[in-house]
Amino acid sequence: MEVLQETKDMTAKEQFLSHFDTQDFSFDESFSIEKREEAKKIIEDLSFPTSKDEYWKYTRTNRIVKGKYSISIPENEMELDLAIPSKNCIVLVNGYYSPELSFIESAEGILFSSLSKAKSSNEMVQKHFGSLTKKDEIFAMINTAYHQDGAVLHLGKNVQANEVYYIINLIDDDHILSNPRNFIFMEQGSNAKVVLKTINSSNTGTFTNMVTEVFVEKNAQLEINKVQDESESSFQIATEQIVQANDSTFKINTFTLSGNIVRNNLNIDSLGKNTMTYLNGLYPLKGKQHVDNHSYLLHREPNCESHELYKGILNDQSTGVFNGKVFVHREAQKTNAFQSNANIVMSDTATINSKPELEIYADDVKCSHGSTTGQLDDEALFYLRARGLSKESARAVLVNAFASDVIEQIGVEAIKDEIKQFIDDNYQGIK
Amino acid sequence: MIKIENLHASIDGNEILKGINLEVKAGEVHAIMGPNGSGKSTLANVLAGRDEYKVSEGSVIFLGEDLLDMEPEDRSRAGLFLAFQYPVEIPGVSNINFLKTAINEAREKKGLKPMSAKDFLRRVKEKSKLVELGGRLANRSVNEGFSGGEKKRNEIFQMAMLEPKLSILDETDSGLDIDALRIVANGVNELKTKDNASIVITHYQRLLDYIIPDFVHVLYKGKIVKTGPKELALELEEKGYDWIIQEQETIST
Ligand SMILES: Nc1ncnc2c1ncn2[C@@H]1O[C@H](COP(=O)(O)OP(=O)(O)O)[C@@H](O)[C@H]1O
Ligand SMILES: [Mg+2]
Repeated sequence: MEVLQETKDMTAKEQFLSHFDTQDFSFDESFSIEKREEAKKIIEDLSFPTSKDEYWKYTRTNRIVKGKYSISIPENEMELDLAIPSKNCIVLVNGYYSPELSFIESAEGILFSSLSKAKSSNEMVQKHFGSLTKKDEIFAMINTAYHQDGAVLHLGKNVQANEVYYIINLIDDDHILSNPRNFIFMEQGSNAKVVLKTINSSNTGTFTNMVTEVFVEKNAQLEINKVQDESESSFQIATEQIVQANDSTFKINTFTLSGNIVRNNLNIDSLGKNTMTYLNGLYPLKGKQHVDNHSYLLHREPNCESHELYKGILNDQSTGVFNGKVFVHREAQKTNAFQSNANIVMSDTATINSKPELEIYADDVKCSHGSTTGQLDDEALFYLRARGLSKESARAVLVNAFASDVIEQIGVEAIKDEIKQFIDDNYQGIK
Repeated sequence: MIKIENLHASIDGNEILKGINLEVKAGEVHAIMGPNGSGKSTLANVLAGRDEYKVSEGSVIFLGEDLLDMEPEDRSRAGLFLAFQYPVEIPGVSNINFLKTAINEAREKKGLKPMSAKDFLRRVKEKSKLVELGGRLANRSVNEGFSGGEKKRNEIFQMAMLEPKLSILDETDSGLDIDALRIVANGVNELKTKDNASIVITHYQRLLDYIIPDFVHVLYKGKIVKTGPKELALELEEKGYDWIIQEQETIST
């Protein structure tokens, strides 16, 4: 009786945080323990967002934070029938590093390892870990305080990666709560492509709260392909914090294929001159999925260029949110910033909230933004059917065509094929 | 080939077709003429299966089957082809790839193996020569950025690729200069056999200098009000439609 009473009096935050009581981080490096303690202090003064918070206006976190979760290292992970690459691949299971499922090749000038290992040996991690993480965001702070493990990719000066690096977080038990944490550091002139993928073999209301910090130094190039393919009942909040120095190129393609509630917080700080930034996203939604893409791109210096293209295909009762902000600082003359969000709404009960925003304080810039929402073109559908394509193929063809410019942005062939296949499989079957 | 009886169709509650009767036999070419707004495109679209148009009365038998009961794709697979008056631009959809899908889906329905890539390409090459499109089709999206004439030639190209039994050409000649007109007409004539047929919708006589019809029908206010031999087209060219309209109004009063 007493226990029940106590539970009732706990606030939602206390209750959520009590999930972490069983976790012991005493093994961690001291600099990291300090960060954890600092984050815990900060969390005391933060609360979960409500509909009154502009930043979270369209995404309720109630259902996420009120969930009952467990935190566990899986025991039996060998029976997996999942397509996991057998090369340059770090697999986290339920947020923990899995040496059995991971494949790490050594290459000159490249560190690819678990975060826990890198913390003890990698200078960049020791120096910069946590430095980009926003202190006013409760989910990011929770990750800092309670992260289990993650992946680190660090490329030395002028190192060109010939292979694609895969970071996979697999959820493999019921009601799992995990805080995976990744760290990518691209030294001057280096070049790499990364796949950051979340998958889930359990359909039981899990919550993945992932944070990835990314440093792209002078003249370096990085492409991240983020594939979110958990389950019909999974929750995910994914935060990426990126800084870009002079002459660097950063590209991130976000594909949200599954998930009950998915929230992406993508924050790019373009610190340098002459940077190129590409942000692309595709969210083909069905059922009651709710996917919220928030992006914030800050242009601080002159002569930078950014291209943002997000596309949504909304079926059934799904909800999409696009909120993309590009901020052009007073100093950032000659900025070219282009932002666009396009949506196809396939049913009367699907909704999209689209808010592209430009905030410009420089006067010599070329910027544009736009948002379109419509249905599949009936005339085109009829034209294709009149040539003998079934209704299903005609739809698939048109959806593919709509998605094609985002898909073409993918620089990793295997992922390109996977996304194309996903569209084909899902849009042949729709009424 | 096709037998249309007492066909009535409406859109948004307005009756456009008011009892069409028409029979086309294998090997025949029928021209349908008539002033703008008389319902020519409506007839073509109803036959192709556009579901915005509601059929309230009548029947259409195509090769022994109830056409009105079929989905647009099944009509196409059964051998009906419509060359659109206004071909749609479809960005991002490859002109060649979608035809390949269409042809192979139709073959699958008939229990045939998919056409090999080699055979398909050979056919593309041969048929695009017919309408003098050459290499201009490859790698392009359906009708995207095509000139008016290219769009119409692309319709005939697709017709050639699909080898239909009955082709309905809806004003394929309008907007074409004389060279393009000849190319299109040549294409149609090349494809003519004793086993297929076409319905050529036009409101100029000049196309009929190249495609010689067996019958000319005049459609007016949703009805076929006059049918005659190919000379009727010349008479219409000379005298316009007024005399037929007058004739028609005398009858109805
Ligand atoms: N989609 C439509 N919605 C409303 N009215 C239409 C539509 N299509 C055709 N009509 C009307 O039907 C009549 C016949 O049009 P149409 O068949 O295009 O004539 P034609 O091809 O002979 O010029 C016209 O009065 C036209 O306004
Ligand atoms: Mg017309």
